[in-house]
This record gives sequence, structure tokens and C-alpha cells, in this order.
Amino acid sequence: MNILVLLRMIPDVVEELEISNDGKTLDREFLRLIPNETDDHALEEALLLKERHGGKVTVVAPDAPELDDVLFACLAKGADRAVKISGVEPVMGGRAAARLMAQVLTTAPGLLPADLILTGVQSTEDLDGLMAPILSHLLQLPYVDNVTQVTADGPGKTVTAVKEFPSAVRAEFDVQLPAVLGIQAAEKPPRYVPVAKVRAVMKSQHLESAAAPAGVEAGQLEILQMAKPEPAEHAEMLAGDPAQVAGKICEILAARGVL
Amino acid sequence: MSGSIWVLAEHWRGQLSESTYELLALGREIADGLGVELQAVLLGHGAADLAKGLGKANSVLSVDHSSLCEPVPEACAAALVQLIKERRPRSVLVPLTNISMGVGTLVSTAVKVPAANFCRDVRVVDGGLQATCVLYGGKIEATVTMGAECSILGIWPGARAAENGRSDVVPPVEPVTVSLPEAPRVRFKRYIEPEAGDVDITQQDTLVAVGRGMQGQANLALAEELAEVLGGAVCGSRPVIDQGWLPLSRQVGKSGVSVKPKLYLAAGISGAPEHVEGMKNAALIIAVNTDPRAPIFNVAHYGILADALEVLPALTEAVRGKKG
Repeated sequence: MNILVLLRMIPDVVEELEISNDGKTLDREFLRLIPNETDDHALEEALLLKERHGGKVTVVAPDAPELDDVLFACLAKGADRAVKISGVEPVMGGRAAARLMAQVLTTAPGLLPADLILTGVQSTEDLDGLMAPILSHLLQLPYVDNVTQVTADGPGKTVTAVKEFPSAVRAEFDVQLPAVLGIQAAEKPPRYVPVAKVRAVMKSQHLESAAAPAGVEAGQLEILQMAKPEPAEHAEMLAGDPAQVAGKICEILAARGVL
Repeated sequence: MSGSIWVLAEHWRGQLSESTYELLALGREIADGLGVELQAVLLGHGAADLAKGLGKANSVLSVDHSSLCEPVPEACAAALVQLIKERRPRSVLVPLTNISMGVGTLVSTAVKVPAANFCRDVRVVDGGLQATCVLYGGKIEATVTMGAECSILGIWPGARAAENGRSDVVPPVEPVTVSLPEAPRVRFKRYIEPEAGDVDITQQDTLVAVGRGMQGQANLALAEELAEVLGGAVCGSRPVIDQGWLPLSRQVGKSGVSVKPKLYLAAGISGAPEHVEGMKNAALIIAVNTDPRAPIFNVAHYGILADALEVLPALTEAVRGKKG
């Protein structure tokens, strides 16, 4: 099974995010980028499929700071190829990302045809649409989202994708291949790879490069402004050391009849 | 009616979802602001009876097709695309839930109209629509303008109160026919029900909820201990479930369950919109987090800016002391 995993680097929301002077974009100067978490799960699901059924896993990602380390970690985990899309400006939103990915997949040698294209179900900056369904439309492939398990048990023409519904209910879907799946979570947590193994891979393997095509359209949305939300309501903060805070919480619980 | 506001009437397992009523409430505001009609679009198979719950809309477009028996995003999108091309609504509101998540994006791409995702609010400004969209886990909001052309708006759960979208009025229903592929590329097979035997967190009066801030599965013992002295149970946010620290049956939020306990103590949970959706109606919310800008503090009644790993044991000790 030939599996492509599409990975994007996105701002780490644990860090303080700042808005540029134009008021419409993030200030990227001190932005820390990390792999989109659900993309990481997409890689894990791809590696699990490869372990069960054989095949090849290729990770494709637009260039970004720290991306090389991330891609070498993907190789150390078991990916066979890692392709960096070079010459790209940072883009926000699923639409531009999907167009970029679609153009690279159809023009760079050796990426398509693939049996499966796995990527995260969403990123926190998919303002103008989710990347996976847009990509599925552009490539004219079937699409399922919120996938938490993929099994291939037939003659290779379909897979069974398990999709999450509310209330911890899941459902199985029969999906014709090739297909694009938006992964919510892999069957197992993404595997850990020791730093020493990543370093070894850096010496023994290399990253491939694909040039970004010219003229990838930006999104159609006009952003009027970005702002840090000012909540209408905010919690009453309890101060003190842990023991003092615990005492205050006990008083609140007692007053509310919880204790 | 051309130029009307549409709401995708999401339903699942024979019931309209809460999100549908929330979108009807929001859609009503927008339609009234623009002076146009609000229409609900009901896609399903043998589900036409649900139209009587859509009275907040002026009318219902009802599509009955065997391919729409279960919510397959491709089929729903294909049906919606045909209706939009025929009737050109001003804007279509689609719920951003696990049931309908990809539908809005698929439709906007196929019809080639703008889409705005993660909308928590939409307003009419100078005859156009402006949406406020929640980005980066709730840390940034973007205001976008949709202009006067057709657009697709993906609406976060909770944008409006569901009760404002309910009505006793039975709306007029227009049956509509669409053409869908005989052999769909994605076919529903079966539902997998949650495993029985675990604690039902929807029935607990007290929940100690854990998030990524707990740093590791071993530390969940601190939450278990506190839940035990409080007579409650432990639940968690999405990342904790994905890491395998807790089973799916303990997940609160969009993919998990919604809870309304007397006490919801959120330990190391940032408060992403997907999580808040499932716990915002708890009677008392206490949040412990090291990030002063964590969105969880915007829904909590009380907040503690501290490491949950230090606060939980202290609280367990204090509760034990109080109980004697």
C-alpha cells in the first residue's frame, strides 16, 4: 500500500501568540511552529497500516522553520521518504494549503498514484476551509473525516475507515481507493522515537525536495482584523500556595453543597 | 426563495441535533437582519417528519434519498451543491460537528464560493455578513467579511442558545429531488456502540477532568485520588484520550459526551472550543492551569493559576480533612 501523509507546521498555541502591526496576521517573528497534532496521528496510522500490510509511507510537508528535524523524526519512526516543498511562503488556511499540496502531488515525480492520502482532520488555522476535503475535491478522490482507524482487509480496492460520531459512538465506512482521509486520532498514540535514532537517520538518509509551483492562489476570505479574545466573563481567580488554594476550594464546595 | 439564508438541518439517529437549533437561532437573526427568509435544508431518508421541528425557519427544503440514510459527508455535500446551484442562497450555515464537519468545505469548494470556518458569531454589517472565527485553540479570533455573494459558514457549537432555535410552528415543507451516484465511493457499514461497563460520566455529580497539563499517564493517579474523596469520577479532554491515558468513554467534548455535573474540576485543560462544548453547562466549574490566557478561565467560575500536579494533592488532602 502506497500511503502519502501530508504534514503542516502550525503555531504552537502553548506559546504566547502576537498579532502583527497590520492587525490582520500573526506576528511570525517569534512564532514557534510544531507539527499539526492530527497530522502526527495521520503519520502513526500510516505506519500502522504499513506494518500490517506492507508498502511505503511518504511524508510531504511545506517548508517551515524546524521542519527538517520533524521530517527526520518521521523517517526515524518508519516513513520511507520525506519530501519538503521548498520555496513556499507561510500560508494560513486550509484552502491555500490544499491547492499547494494538490499541485505538488500532481507535478512532483513519484508521489502519485497513491492508495491513501492521510492528513489531520483539521488544523487550528483552517479559517477558510479544511485542507483534506478541499484536496479530495481537487484530486477527485473520496473523502471521510474524523477517522480513528483504517483497516485494509480486501483485495486492495477498498479500506474500512472508522469515523467518530458524538457520544463515543463510531461508525465503519467502506471507502474506495484511492482516497483522502482526515485523521482525528490514530489507533495508538503516536510513537516515540529516541533522539539518538533521529540523529542516526540524519546521517544515513536524506530529505527530498519538491519545488513549490508558482501562482498558488491564496484564500478568498478578507480578514478585517485579528484579536485576542476579550472574554465577556472570566473566572474569579483564587490566589495562594497550593494548600491555601485547596482550603478556599473546600470552602466553595461546602457552600455549594458539593462537600 | 433566492437570496435566503439556509441552515443545514443536522440530524442523527432519528433526532435533530442541538447544533441545528443553535444554527436556526443564529440564522433567524441573520435573515431578519438582511430582510430575507430563513430556510432549513433537511437531507435524509425517511426523515421528513423531522421537518416539524424546524419551525424557526420560514420553510423547509426536504430531500429524501437512500444515499442520505446515514450522514456520509460526500453524499450530503453533493445534494447541497445541487440545491445551491439551482437556488443560489445568500449564505449556508453548516454545523461544525463530527457529523457534518467536512460538508461545508466540500460544498464551498465545489460551488466555488468563499467559506469561513470556526464561526462563533455572524452579524449583518452594512448589508454584508461579518463572521467572528475562533482560531488557534481559542487564543485568537479573526473577523472576516463575506461580502454580498453566496458563502458557506461553518458554525461552532454554542454560537447561540439552542432554545432560541426551537418553535412550535410547523413550517411549510417543499420536497426536493436530487440526483446522487448509484454506486457511492463511500458507503456506511455499521455503527460501533461504546463499550459497556465503564463509568457513565454523564451520570456523575462530580467530575475531575484532566488534560495535557497532567504531563503523563502516571500523574492521573492524583486525579483518581481526588475524584475518589469527592465521590466522583475522572474524565478527560481529547489529547488525553488520544494518548491512551483514558478510554474514549471518558472523553468530554465534541467527539465525546456532554456533561452537566454539580462540580467540574478541570486540571491542566486549556479549554479548546471542542472541549468547552461538552462541559460549559456544569453548575460549578473550577479550572487549574499554568497559562493565564487559557480559554478555560473564560468559562470557569473559579480559576487557579498553578500547576495541577501541585494543586490536586493539596486539594485531596484538604477534602479529606474537611470530611474528617
